[in-house]
Amino acid sequence: MSELMSRARAGDAAPLVTVREPRARRGAVGLLRATGAAGLASAVVIAIATVIAVIGPLIAPFSPTLVHPSLPWVGPTGGHLLGFDVEGRDVLSRLLAGATSSMLGPLAVVIGSLLAGTLLAVIAAWRRGLVDAVISSGLDILFAFPGILLAVLAAAVFGAGLPAASIALAIAYMPYVARVLRGAALKERSQPYVAALEVQGASATTICLRHIVPNIMPLIVAQATILFGYAMVDLAAISFIGLGVQPPAPNWGFMISENQVGIPQHYPLPALSAGACIVAVVIAFNVLGERLFEQAQASR
Amino acid sequence: MDQSAAAPPGAPLLLVEGLTVRLPVEGAQRAVLRDVGLSISPGEAVGLVGESGSGKSMTARAIDRLLPRGAQVAGTISYDGTDVMSLSGAAMRRYRNQVAMIFQDPRAHVNPVRRVGDFMTEALRTNLGVQPAEAATRAADMLGQVGIADGRRRLRQYPHELSGGMLQRVMIATALLTEPKLLLADEPTTALDVTTQAEVMAILDDLRREFGLAMLFITHDLELAAAICDRTAVMYAGQIVEVRQSALLHDDPLHPYTAALAAARPDIAQTAPRLAAIPGRPLSAFEAPEEECAFAPRCPHVRDICRAETPELVGLNGGLSRCARAIELRGQLTPAHAPDGGSDG
Repeated sequence: MSELMSRARAGDAAPLVTVREPRARRGAVGLLRATGAAGLASAVVIAIATVIAVIGPLIAPFSPTLVHPSLPWVGPTGGHLLGFDVEGRDVLSRLLAGATSSMLGPLAVVIGSLLAGTLLAVIAAWRRGLVDAVISSGLDILFAFPGILLAVLAAAVFGAGLPAASIALAIAYMPYVARVLRGAALKERSQPYVAALEVQGASATTICLRHIVPNIMPLIVAQATILFGYAMVDLAAISFIGLGVQPPAPNWGFMISENQVGIPQHYPLPALSAGACIVAVVIAFNVLGERLFEQAQASR
Repeated sequence: MDQSAAAPPGAPLLLVEGLTVRLPVEGAQRAVLRDVGLSISPGEAVGLVGESGSGKSMTARAIDRLLPRGAQVAGTISYDGTDVMSLSGAAMRRYRNQVAMIFQDPRAHVNPVRRVGDFMTEALRTNLGVQPAEAATRAADMLGQVGIADGRRRLRQYPHELSGGMLQRVMIATALLTEPKLLLADEPTTALDVTTQAEVMAILDDLRREFGLAMLFITHDLELAAAICDRTAVMYAGQIVEVRQSALLHDDPLHPYTAALAAARPDIAQTAPRLAAIPGRPLSAFEAPEEECAFAPRCPHVRDICRAETPELVGLNGGLSRCARAIELRGQLTPAHAPDGGSDG
């Protein structure tokens, strides 16, 4: 041993190993490619829906709120590709303009529930013990309230509308996020590299924000994607019962509600076209979310 | 406990006294460390040797306050006069900047998704307020000190792009960046192959002397500890059984366990039909007999007196030994590399 040591000490400090050139990390494109054809198709649908949500009101051929009292339930004619709805408004324009509120609502729900859920999960995983027990019990209690019920309560207290409904759903979804992420964060917390950072003198906030959260990020993204689909369905249901977006503003969920009487009267197109938009976006988010979740689990 | 017998004069940097640690195992609190005492002076290297499960790593973890949840700690750990067990918050982080730790498996102790540079400069940037550019310069310089030439490029690489030996040198450089006073090295070369091991040990030893660091060097290799440490403590079943000048440990052991450990190392110059081993298996602290010598079940020199009570750590010939028959056995414990197996048991 000592002979080897003196030999090593006498020798030059040239590295004993050759090292490969830096390899690029798998980017967003690589991750999407790994989700397969279905994942890719879903991403395309989501991308289109997002673009429409941003520029929809601008590209709508007619005013989404302009009423033609003489034209209710008139089918596709000329420039009106999807015909007119119950009050004689252009359906295509309402779909395009309604995309904004239909996509923005779920986005707010996802951001809210993810921020709160991640925060609680990481605190519980970091402190463990009593803090974890208190947070976990609190989450268990929240699990008991269905999202729709909370939304109805919120509408009763703060008045109907998209903000109240979104906040209520964000609170209702938060325990699902927190429970999944708490497990992942606990696992990350017990990794030796966390102990190594602790003895380096890194603070708890630093370790959590710069190391634990980035390491559970794939799971957070997957959760966000799945939740978006659920949030869209729930917000559509809330709009359907009249507690979400208020008329005459266009919204996919509310369009189903106001045009449902057309279905038994052989004018299903207005209600069904709005429903089709919701179904397409929700399926796309669910498929992509499931695939991303599988990827996140596989790489753990 | 009488530490003065084996410790050099002057105020110790780290003083551990009567450290007993219990951990919850299957519902019961079980001792993993029993009455561990240790002192390290500024600039001194102290070895901690023992078999797996003897409590070496647990001692280091207790010193750096990294014990598992639910651990019950009795005894005192003081660093530079301050009580380590009472530290919290910013004071704790400052203490941990002073007492750096190098782990056995470097790959597990680096965040795999962050660049090497991020890992190395984390404490500098977030805790000591060093600017990122300055921190990167210091890190690259330190990489040069541990024999990694193109430090700038390494800082941009990910841990999986470095070999184990290189990663361990990164860990050493990282530990030295915060300018600590004491280094806890927990089997830093066990996971490396022998040539890399020699190289890493040489670097560690050189830098330690250059920076005037004190070190607690944990290993299961008696010879390695003897090569680089001033004093060496031998642990068995959660207790320290012998503390000695490293040079004397191998040829003039004071405790039968040390002698058996030395004899168990194969001698490259001799061929033996069968390698020497200590009969029985190493015991965890909580498995060891409470009111007798913990090594008694495996000791070739055991007598009734050994089973009467737990022996005290007594000063003898400049060292300390926890053996009831230490004086009596003096000179008889020299490990003969006998072809028949080494120990007379």
